[in-house]
Amino acid sequence: MRETKEFICVTCPVGCTIQATIEDGELLNVEGNTCKRGIAFVQEELTAPRRTLCTTVRVHGGKLPLVPVRSEEPLPKGRVLDVAAALRDVLLDAPVTEGQIVLPDALGTGVDIRATRDMPVA
Amino acid sequence: MKTRACDVLVIGGGPAGLAAATQARESGAECVMVLERNDDLGGILPQCIHNGFGVSIFGSDLTGPEYAGRWIRKALEAGVGFLDRTMVLEIDKSRRVVAASQREGLIEILPKALVLAMGCRERPRGALAIPGTRPAGVYTAGTAQRLVNMEGHMPGERVVILGSGDIGMIMARRMTVEGAQVMAMLEILPYVSGLRRNLVQCIRDFDIPLSLCTTVTEVRGRDRVEAVVTSQVDERWRPIPGSQEVIPCDTLLLSVGLIPENELSRMCGVAIDPLTGGPLVDGRYGTSIPGIFAAGNVVHVYDLVDDVSASALRAGHHAAQFACCGAPASDGAAVKLRAGENVHHVVPQTLDLATLVDDGVHVELRVRQPVEEAVRVQLVHDGEVIVTKRERYARPSEMVTFELNAKHMNKLEPGASLVAQTAPV
Repeated sequence: MRETKEFICVTCPVGCTIQATIEDGELLNVEGNTCKRGIAFVQEELTAPRRTLCTTVRVHGGKLPLVPVRSEEPLPKGRVLDVAAALRDVLLDAPVTEGQIVLPDALGTGVDIRATRDMPVA
Repeated sequence: MKTRACDVLVIGGGPAGLAAATQARESGAECVMVLERNDDLGGILPQCIHNGFGVSIFGSDLTGPEYAGRWIRKALEAGVGFLDRTMVLEIDKSRRVVAASQREGLIEILPKALVLAMGCRERPRGALAIPGTRPAGVYTAGTAQRLVNMEGHMPGERVVILGSGDIGMIMARRMTVEGAQVMAMLEILPYVSGLRRNLVQCIRDFDIPLSLCTTVTEVRGRDRVEAVVTSQVDERWRPIPGSQEVIPCDTLLLSVGLIPENELSRMCGVAIDPLTGGPLVDGRYGTSIPGIFAAGNVVHVYDLVDDVSASALRAGHHAAQFACCGAPASDGAAVKLRAGENVHHVVPQTLDLATLVDDGVHVELRVRQPVEEAVRVQLVHDGEVIVTKRERYARPSEMVTFELNAKHMNKLEPGASLVAQTAPV
């Protein structure tokens, strides 16, 4: 069966509205994307959607009680809240440096979670 | 009181201030200083821990702290001087700045050029006049963002968000990720006011109920918020009787607009555009006072930080030029830009044609009502279309930009009026 589905691409802030024509789960055509990343986005949304997780992790003895972190790559969408919950149990010691891995291979997803800023000792 | 001189002084160390100062150095200003009230640079960016920054400027998808980090390093490498924990108390029209600094005490700075980069502030509850009690648990979305992301406090567990601005949507996701339940997002307008991508990745991804044409008409609770009463509204924003609904919650977050912060600009007599809430600027980002420039959200509120930085690079360049060579030769009668059919405001509001010859001019405008079909956005002079742009749609949440060049200039004369408008395709 052929159907048309609308997607809003979240790859960048432009947020293109993309009309996708799909037949039996196969992507036949896309319209409305302004770059090729839009095609990859729709393809991924149809098969295995992924999202970047940005959250915080507690820090002991830092200038602030938290340090912001992000998933190095987008995570499988269905695992985002699980990884966020796992990160609530992580406690780092200051100092933390930008780029430091705070949780390797988060819950077996193959994606590392890294700090996104320095957190010096208080 | 200590007195200092410098070439370019920038007020505010957020994204606009960092870019303006960096560019001022790179455009040849010898001594460039940034005054920052906080002890941290980057303005609002350290609390914006989500990604989506830097795509156009750095070609990578960065978080707020990462984006701030890059600019802080760029500014330091360029030789910008910083004075943090320093609050400006006074500016006058001769560009004399008086500030209170934790390190230096009361200081006076006499720069050759000044860049205003104070950013914007959230519209508070007081500006909304929501009836009801005054319990704890009502926050602006940005305040909640700081509490959650930097101070480690959760403002509440069951949350209603009023307004669908980007910070509100980002906080809907953030509260959900931290384990709170977002009961509803309410928007008085018939459309979402933030970016489409945030509607997808912050609201729809987490099945957060969104009600358009709906607002809060009562806050209930004595010590702590216990519920909000919502009402649907008609096209003139009047609550529709009988449409009330009670939503139990302990927290109400407000994401109801940003206002350029211009207390200091007003103090020194800079003319303010009532449409933008920011200084009237010319094609060089110069304000009505020679040698005082303005950059970023202090001028008008941007959707994307990359655009704030880009505008500040231009302002910083022109501030450095002014510091070195004084005011450029002008033909006196500026071209005026104004908002026409379905355009809310245009920046810059004036430009002199000499600017166009040198560098071209970047024009930014925001439409008033969404047009959800192909539409032309145009600058028109005396019935003649000077420049036109076909867009697939035009939305108030997404700024439209033009580059004016010498070719366009040839069609204009000093004193001409350029009207920004939308037109059917």
